[in-house]
Amino acid sequence: MTALLEITGLDVCYGDFQALFGVWMSVPAGGTTALVGANGAGKTTLLRTIAGAQAAARGTVAYRGENVTAAPPHQRISRGIALVPEGRKLFGSLTVEENIQVGAAAAASDTWPLDRIYGVFPMIARRRGQRASTLSGGEQQAVAIARALAAAPTLLLLDEISLGLAPLIVESLYETLAELRQASTTLVIVEQDLRRAMATCDDLVCLLEGRVALAGPVRDLTRDQVVAAYFGEAPSFGEPA
Amino acid sequence: MTWVNAVIQGLLLGGQYALIACGLSLTFGVMRIVNLAHGDLAVCGAYLGLVLSSAFGVPVWVTLPLLLPAAFAAGVALQALLFGRALRHGVLAPVLVTFGLSVMIENLLQEAATSDPRGLNGGALALDSFRIGSQITVSWLFMTAFLTACAVLSGLQLLLSRTSWGRKVRATADDLDTARLVGIRVRPLFATVAGLAVATAALAGVFIGTIGSFDPFQGANSLIFAFEAVVIGGLGSLWGTLAGGMALGVTQVVVGQVNQAYAVLAVHLLFLAVLAVRPGGLFTGHQAPGQQLGALG
Repeated sequence: MTALLEITGLDVCYGDFQALFGVWMSVPAGGTTALVGANGAGKTTLLRTIAGAQAAARGTVAYRGENVTAAPPHQRISRGIALVPEGRKLFGSLTVEENIQVGAAAAASDTWPLDRIYGVFPMIARRRGQRASTLSGGEQQAVAIARALAAAPTLLLLDEISLGLAPLIVESLYETLAELRQASTTLVIVEQDLRRAMATCDDLVCLLEGRVALAGPVRDLTRDQVVAAYFGEAPSFGEPA
Repeated sequence: MTWVNAVIQGLLLGGQYALIACGLSLTFGVMRIVNLAHGDLAVCGAYLGLVLSSAFGVPVWVTLPLLLPAAFAAGVALQALLFGRALRHGVLAPVLVTFGLSVMIENLLQEAATSDPRGLNGGALALDSFRIGSQITVSWLFMTAFLTACAVLSGLQLLLSRTSWGRKVRATADDLDTARLVGIRVRPLFATVAGLAVATAALAGVFIGTIGSFDPFQGANSLIFAFEAVVIGGLGSLWGTLAGGMALGVTQVVVGQVNQAYAVLAVHLLFLAVLAVRPGGLFTGHQAPGQQLGALG
């Protein structure tokens, strides 16, 4: 498989604080990559940088072989990168349908019209005229994913979609993600639940304090290796050969 | 019957206040800019109307197809060159920038046009009136100003609630960072909002100049009334702004009926009372100010 997304030597800073140090990552087309790490390891920063919401201080983000490091979010979206942000970040005063329509503002193609989205998320179809702020947590998360889908992404970045949700709801969201994989959408998932991450994903990247501590296909990694990297008990990985 | 008359005149006057205030409401609701030069931009509109209508020898209404696009373009340019840059430096910078702009406009107008009061040529409309019953006379000019205000506010409201542009504007007003993240191009969006705000200000300026007289320093006075209408109605809410303008107008005329000396004072007291009792505005629910523009949809 060729890499859809290739990140090399990525440094990201918030003022004087450096959040990412020489991060590298290679996301194969059509696969699912889990991004794990403790709180504050830089997972959200990495996803926001891929989406263009956060500027890179050094390093490159290449998408389909093109350098997009300096491209603003709307250009990345039209090329097929969409982010479901941490905390859902819906437009609370807009209706469910308006939230999804806004997501199509810079859509890469029209392969995800409203009815197809509602087909994937029947639970929000019933609430399409309701204000997003009045929905339950699970429904809000579904709308957040639907809003990203409206942009017709090839690469969908999902930041902590199970946070604060009941296990049953999380289960149904992950079933939806499996459907998206079938539709050959490449996924990068930030997930706190290691067991789930290793069960669902093809590849895994573990961040530790802003650096890549472990990366590779899930089938080549043991749970102990990942746990060790998660807590910083393994030697740090260098650049790939 | 004099009280009924006072209320009717007050409502009509309130329409004028709302017309000048809606641009202020829009810029605050969407971009979080309190534009202290808004009143001066309205006065610029009046002066531009004066220049155009004298040049062509026509009533000022005829020049609107030229005047309004020019004002829109000026708003786009101001946003691109001044406000947009100022916004990147925190909340205080736009206040200072628009205050500076206000001082500059006033002094440039005085240089160019002296501080003599001027009036605009409103044609036949300015002199006509109609009667309701035997005791109430309504000026067509006041009526036109009121209907224009209602049309402009409803138009803006429809734009915001029914179009894809409006959806993006409301999303941006809700959460600027996420709006960028989902691919909304904020810069051109802000530019059109600023263009609309200045165009409505210029239109209000034309009515101010036709109904009364204006001079280079009129803007500060207009700004206070506009600002009060916005705050009374609830920050960022357009219908609230219309209602706020009417509350101001009715207060001013009804109190003026009792004692003209207290009319303007009463308006400011109403404003202070609303600020003290319902700081979120009279005509809004319990939402944060940022959500109210979106709440219109």
